[in-house]
Amino acid sequence: MAPLDDAKPVATPEEEGTAAPAAGRFLKAIYVYEVPVRVWHWVNALAITVLSVTGYLIANPLPSQPGEASANFLMGYIRFVHFAAAYIFAIGFIGRLYWALVGNHHAKQLFRFPFWDRHWWGELFLEARWYLFLERKPKLYVGHNPLAQFSMFWAIAVGSVFMIVTGFALYSEGAGQGSWQDRLFGWVIPLFGQSMDVHTWHHLGMWAILLFVIVHVYAAVREDIMSRQSIISTMISGVRTFKDAEAPADEAHEQPAKKVARAG
Amino acid sequence: MATLETFYEVMRRQGITRRSFLKYCSLTAAALGLGPELVPQIVHAMETKPRTPVLWLHGLECTCCSESFIRSAHPLVKDVVLSMISLDYDDTLMASAGHHAEAILDEVMEKYKGNYILAVEGNPPLNQDGMSCIIGGKPFTDQLRKVAKDAKAIISWGSCASFGCVQAARPNPTRATPVHEVITDKPIIKVPGCPPIAEVMTGVITYMLTFDRIPELDRQGRPKMFYSQRIHDKCYRRPHFDAGQFVESFDDEGARKGYCLYKVGCKGPTTYNACSTVRWNEGTSFPIQSGHGCIGCSEDGFWDKGSWYARQSDILQFGIEANADQIGTTAAIGVGSIIAAHAAVSALKRAQHKGDV
Repeated sequence: MAPLDDAKPVATPEEEGTAAPAAGRFLKAIYVYEVPVRVWHWVNALAITVLSVTGYLIANPLPSQPGEASANFLMGYIRFVHFAAAYIFAIGFIGRLYWALVGNHHAKQLFRFPFWDRHWWGELFLEARWYLFLERKPKLYVGHNPLAQFSMFWAIAVGSVFMIVTGFALYSEGAGQGSWQDRLFGWVIPLFGQSMDVHTWHHLGMWAILLFVIVHVYAAVREDIMSRQSIISTMISGVRTFKDAEAPADEAHEQPAKKVARAG
Repeated sequence: MATLETFYEVMRRQGITRRSFLKYCSLTAAALGLGPELVPQIVHAMETKPRTPVLWLHGLECTCCSESFIRSAHPLVKDVVLSMISLDYDDTLMASAGHHAEAILDEVMEKYKGNYILAVEGNPPLNQDGMSCIIGGKPFTDQLRKVAKDAKAIISWGSCASFGCVQAARPNPTRATPVHEVITDKPIIKVPGCPPIAEVMTGVITYMLTFDRIPELDRQGRPKMFYSQRIHDKCYRRPHFDAGQFVESFDDEGARKGYCLYKVGCKGPTTYNACSTVRWNEGTSFPIQSGHGCIGCSEDGFWDKGSWYARQSDILQFGIEANADQIGTTAAIGVGSIIAAHAAVSALKRAQHKGDV
């Protein structure tokens, strides 16, 4: 087998015939997610979980602690964990943004929203129809399908920026006027009206991201079972494997030479 | 009108000794949080500067700002009104009324063109041609625009002038509008609060007269010296907040122990004001000290950020009244049910096609 190098199909076109026996099926593996993308995905998943739980508890605190105030620091710890996780979330996001610039083209997909691409919208609706049981077969994708890309762009790329900006604006209230958080993000509070409004929007942002997480986890598990490509293991190993013969819809991006070979 | 005397001359005329005058200057410096090296500057200013005329207009308001103002203890409002400023027009406090009062307004405006300070209590309603607030037979909007035209600076007293307050709360039938949205070409100092703290009001005036400039303002136009921190940042119940000790409901054990009022809706963490440091009525108390959460009266649109007894604002949309967590939980349950149904259908389909898809 060829080594798993940069986004090259493991099985070359010549090998396909040999790899696919009489049934017309073949197994193919493509390296999709590089190490920084995978590490960021799981760190981010953990950060979102911690941020949501602690964030909810900041708005709806746990029952009162008995004893002297000096002997307790529960709310303080919860807020500390929230802020620490928020820094990891924000720094991770900046790192991920950097990797979108230097990584492979799959790393850029999260930040792209091809609004003017008619073809992309067409495939998005096709994917939506597949989820509504109106299509017999979905298209295969090496990267994200358009529907997934659409929801990730809004919930994670835009959603994270929204949560980081509103979050640091709220944090700046405690950090105080003149702090770097205040100088960079303090303008957000009058923009929304007042601090209470920013709190409300920060909350709604959390719920929007949580709704995405619910759908994301369900879709990933379901695709892993029902579709013809690997999903969950891909985010661990980085390699996408395909279970049958059809060419992925976005395969052209992987190896331009291949299309020519097939045409000929 | 006679030529204006300096602050010092007025004080001496009232029988105040130079020693007391210097003490007064030191106290003022301390009240403004200034270092001792600035005391001579205050002394010099008071000895040389003529008293600044202040015109105090009343729009759509409840006079709680005036009520607060006259209770100032440091400095005493008597000193402010009689010694420091020349409060030439304030229809609530002045002796004259009717045409006499209005004549003074015109006279000061002409004589001190560009040199007087306009203090506005309340705000102008713009609907119904401004007829919801009539002063001397004319809409308040007209009076405000007229007096503001030649003012040096404008002080927006209270939440009405600063943000709109109760008369601008939803649905705001008279379209009560904060001063800065009507007068856009003058420096405006917002002193929000319903009412603002007396010492904050006199402090702002003292600063402006002493240094002949407006105090440093924050992004929302409030003097930083009084509005740069939240009630929460200096609250004496803050240790209970950090410890996670809350009043769960009024009159419970936590309330008796003086725990944090966060869970019963205290807006201290989102309210910028000096209540927890300056306090009220000569530093006697403030809402949280009396066992009731802060309602956030110095914040923009606080009437519409209800309930005052819940930490999360109600969101009014499509006639639904719910907070962010209620909306989020409902949405999550909805999406969860759809997913369960979707998974069931998927499994059925898969069984139907025998694992083909």
